Amino acid sequence: MDVKKMTRLALIISVAMILSYVESLIPAFVAIPGIKIGLSNIATVFALYTLGVPSAIAVSLIRVFLSSLLFGTAASLIYSLAGAVCALGVMILFKKIGAFSEIGVSVIGAVMHNVGQVAAAAALMRASAIYYYIAPLLLAGILAGIAVGVASGILIKRLHV
Amino acid sequence: MQKKIFGDKKHVADIALIALLVIVVLSVFAFTWFSAEQGARVRVNVEGEPVREYSLDVDGEYSLNGGTNILVIENGEAYIKEANCPRQLCVKQGKISRSGESIVCLENRVSVTVVGPQDDILEVK
Repeated sequence: MDVKKMTRLALIISVAMILSYVESLIPAFVAIPGIKIGLSNIATVFALYTLGVPSAIAVSLIRVFLSSLLFGTAASLIYSLAGAVCALGVMILFKKIGAFSEIGVSVIGAVMHNVGQVAAAAALMRASAIYYYIAPLLLAGILAGIAVGVASGILIKRLHV
Repeated sequence: MQKKIFGDKKHVADIALIALLVIVVLSVFAFTWFSAEQGARVRVNVEGEPVREYSLDVDGEYSLNGGTNILVIENGEAYIKEANCPRQLCVKQGKISRSGESIVCLENRVSVTVVGPQDDILEVK
């Protein structure tokens, strides 16, 4: 990998981490754990559309590991990783299908991110209790996905890396 | 910025996707909500394992998981009164009373779920 590409990726990952950190400062005003806008997905979607699949995977996974290392706990790493992997897989698939814009890809990514987190939490806590949270969590995820998708779209058009 | 939002075929597909997802989520929610009945007991799970059950008919205050969360049962409803977790999401969750409803404390890995009369009664060791 050449230095230019590596630097570019590092820059995008740094931005993703900052977005993730800024988001963590917003108080969770809803009592459901895991409700968040997923701002750092802007970086992932951006990377997916401007640099390609391997870069997007790198941005997403490295960001998850570094953020959890610096700001989170072992538990948060597992939930984050589960969400990120699910989201990545589906987003790459949907982009390949080609029928949706970055907004649709972002929405399905946000939804699958929450699904992944809920599945991890349910597996860890073995509470079918968790399924009670799914509905509001997913609705919030859809809204967040739209917002993130729109923001990413603007960046993809305007920002040339 | 974008020319015509609705002229672009991909945006139409996006909207269809979003509508479909919303419908799926709402139907799942409606299904679980309407199949819930007045529960009879709450089950406390710690780290994924059921630990104890308490009857919703009997008022009381209970210390869970060695004191990390305090459960209160009052007038057929249950809620977490106090907890030592940093974000206090379980305390803010409010009261539960219908079967399937639950309060979860992710940090302490404690969950309290309302189980219905026909669910298996927990054998406490």
